[in-house]
Amino acid sequence: MTLDPKIPSGPLTEKWDRRKQEMKLVSPANKRKYRIIVVGTGLAGASAAATLGELGYNVDAFCFQDSPRRGHSIAAQGGINAAKNYPGDGDSVWRLFLDTIKGGDFRSREANVFRLAQVSANIIDQAVAQGVPFARDYAGYLDNRSFGGALVSRTFYARGQTGQQLLLGAYGALMRQVKLGSVRLHPRSEMLDLVVVNGHAKGITVRNLVTGEISSHAGDAVCLATGGYANVFYLSTNAIGSNVTATFRAYKRGALFANPCYTQIHPTCIPVTGDHQSKLTLMSESLRNDGRVWVPKNKDDKRQPGDIPEPDRDYFLERKYPAYGNLAPRDISSRAAKEVCDEGRGVGPGGRGVYLDFAGAIGRLGEQTIRERFGNLFEMYERITDENAYRQPMRIYPAPHYTMGGLWVDYDLQSTIPGLFVLGEANFSDHGANRLGASALMQGLADGYFIVPYTIADYLGRTTPGTANVDQQEFRASREEAAAATEKLLCINGKRTVNDFHRELGRLLWDNVGMTRSRESLTTALKRIPGIREEFRQNVAVPGSGGDLNQELEKAGRVADFLEFAELLTKDALAREESCGAHFRSEHETPDHEAKRDDENFSHVAAWEYKGDGKEPELHKEQLEFENVELAVRNYK
Amino acid sequence: MNLTLYVWRQKDAADTGQLVRYQAKNISPDMSFLEMLDGVNQELITTGGEPIAFDSDCREGICGACGQVVNGVPHGPRKLTTTCQLHMRNFRDGDTIYIEPFRSRAFPVIKDLVIDRGSLDRIIQAGGYISVHTGGAPDGNAILIPKQDAETAMDAAECIGCGACVAACPNGSAMLFTAAKVTHLAKLPQGRPEAGRRVCMMTEEMLKQGFGNCSNHYECEAACPKGIKARFIAKLNREFVTAQFT
Repeated sequence: MTLDPKIPSGPLTEKWDRRKQEMKLVSPANKRKYRIIVVGTGLAGASAAATLGELGYNVDAFCFQDSPRRGHSIAAQGGINAAKNYPGDGDSVWRLFLDTIKGGDFRSREANVFRLAQVSANIIDQAVAQGVPFARDYAGYLDNRSFGGALVSRTFYARGQTGQQLLLGAYGALMRQVKLGSVRLHPRSEMLDLVVVNGHAKGITVRNLVTGEISSHAGDAVCLATGGYANVFYLSTNAIGSNVTATFRAYKRGALFANPCYTQIHPTCIPVTGDHQSKLTLMSESLRNDGRVWVPKNKDDKRQPGDIPEPDRDYFLERKYPAYGNLAPRDISSRAAKEVCDEGRGVGPGGRGVYLDFAGAIGRLGEQTIRERFGNLFEMYERITDENAYRQPMRIYPAPHYTMGGLWVDYDLQSTIPGLFVLGEANFSDHGANRLGASALMQGLADGYFIVPYTIADYLGRTTPGTANVDQQEFRASREEAAAATEKLLCINGKRTVNDFHRELGRLLWDNVGMTRSRESLTTALKRIPGIREEFRQNVAVPGSGGDLNQELEKAGRVADFLEFAELLTKDALAREESCGAHFRSEHETPDHEAKRDDENFSHVAAWEYKGDGKEPELHKEQLEFENVELAVRNYK
Repeated sequence: MNLTLYVWRQKDAADTGQLVRYQAKNISPDMSFLEMLDGVNQELITTGGEPIAFDSDCREGICGACGQVVNGVPHGPRKLTTTCQLHMRNFRDGDTIYIEPFRSRAFPVIKDLVIDRGSLDRIIQAGGYISVHTGGAPDGNAILIPKQDAETAMDAAECIGCGACVAACPNGSAMLFTAAKVTHLAKLPQGRPEAGRRVCMMTEEMLKQGFGNCSNHYECEAACPKGIKARFIAKLNREFVTAQFT
């Protein structure tokens, strides 16, 4: 298989326009003959489903939550990037492109990233038109803040709830289409399989989470916008329900999975308190605008933070990265925090924490200003930790947050299965080996509002509508397989709970495939994952039946997929014999412990093809061509 | 600490349901309320019982999926806090805790503490948006919005759609939920052209969905985990009356 990214010819700045001009269109009268299935209703899914509905297609939108308004995009706090250059501080499409390419450590596709930067400004306009209440100044103009990995202020925000407001904008647009009859909603529905007919994606099989009914839905194309897989680590900042199931099952049906080892560990999360912990909570990166990160210089310094004088503090990000300081990119900041904790200088119970201190900012700007900027985050911190961050520094530690890897897609966001489009975090294309802050919202909405509505037409224009129906053999087989897999989980009647297995898997991955990886740790993980999986298959306890709401059964299906997927992730990490972005191999570091890329041998996308249960997946490589930027050592010093 | 729980168990919508007693042992004050229930469920599963069904997703107070009536109060005793963000340090060793679903005619129980809040989505479908197509929007700064209006719109837009206001209201009214969306959009110039139609359609849908009306109990505001103000209901009323004359 050769992976053709289908990057349009011509200069970078003209590629997207050119592609749009060559693409086929579907006439308004014909659009209603097509049915498109959209799975997931976060930013990417909701924006795509709404826009496709507006265009006149018939859309079926699925989500596992009780309402499409609850996709986990809603939890994004800090903001959304756009190359508007409103502050006049030198920003441009070109600079946003460069920052994103560099932030991703030169492991993303130039053409995709440039397009992302190009449409970024449209997203803000669209959101404003929808009524997203972005922060404004007293003259009524939109306000901006700065974010990690950038030297300009290009981040738009709505208090600490930017993701919520953007999602509610997209959800509103989606609800309007539901009312108009172009979109049918299917909440509390979990995708269990992708149905492929004659090599084309033609539908999905889902389980109705309330009745347990397993049914299929046929269409002319399928869009997956099902988010990332950070929950493979058990503890992450993702929602409890976030999972890899939809993309992993598409992988099993022939879609290639790209760069699964690119998992982002976010530097500013609230540290773990104990075994009961079910998730980790992020404290927005925007806090690093005003907060300073430090640990005691001396590891035996057990004084209260307020009693430690300046000379005894190590502001390690400012020390190591003077140019970017506390706004160094996430991967770099996370590793730096881990490093000081490994040295024994970590703070708080268990020593896995660093301070994020606002005393300076409060002294400089006043408590009121800090309260206006971050009040809701400080409150959240207080609710979880019972500590007042206006009086003492926050304690933070890195946690799994976002996954850059995902299903492989070409420039049109189409996977290796024709008719299967993948949007948002679920695809791999724009963030390379590390995502910059405030870029996830941008990408999800770019894909959903401004890219897939064009590119899907090119596919549909070559496709006869309505050829698939749920009585076809492929659909029947898919339902039978899904029902059998569900039944199997219910029949094990073992002794250990699903959570117990998930926690064990997560701990293994966090310790061995987390922030720092080595050949040895990866080999250890690869040896132990099959054992956990086997025990799961023999000894998991899934109570109840398949015929009603059964949350343990839902979890069991998701964890079963994580147990397989974890192996793919680890294999990818082992195969990538370099360090880049969030993927840090201890064998490949510079003398000052920075990631050392190997552009000669690893300037490629690693895309894995499923070859059958128990068989080794096959690695395909898409060579990354850089025509417009020079591959450089990422320098934030 | 050790706690006694009385949890609402209901097999499905047709079942009458009842409170069932459980013991929650060795609870850490650092646990969230839902993590405490996770623990009870783990024990139920390993001892052959059926775990308690409850909704939750983000577990950081923003998605609006969780929501239980804890000791008679939607989302429990702590102000401005969703159930998932309620921590066990708000309780004492030996406490008895009653846990029930959000109850309302418009929120049928699906199972145990899980309810169907599709009626809230249908209120939004009736007009809780600005009818703009994707593409062709003017520059974001083409519409200037006074900071104060943007802030008020944001105050209203913070609603997470959990339904606590409905559960708290003696009339089972969704007035605060509806008013929050009406206010958010009516405060912005982009939302004005449809303001009159929107408020009429949304309130009509609210009644159609089986929600009651507002008689100024203010229980909604007290229960709202996001601090949505009951004065937005006054705004809704004003918009509604204005719409009748324009």
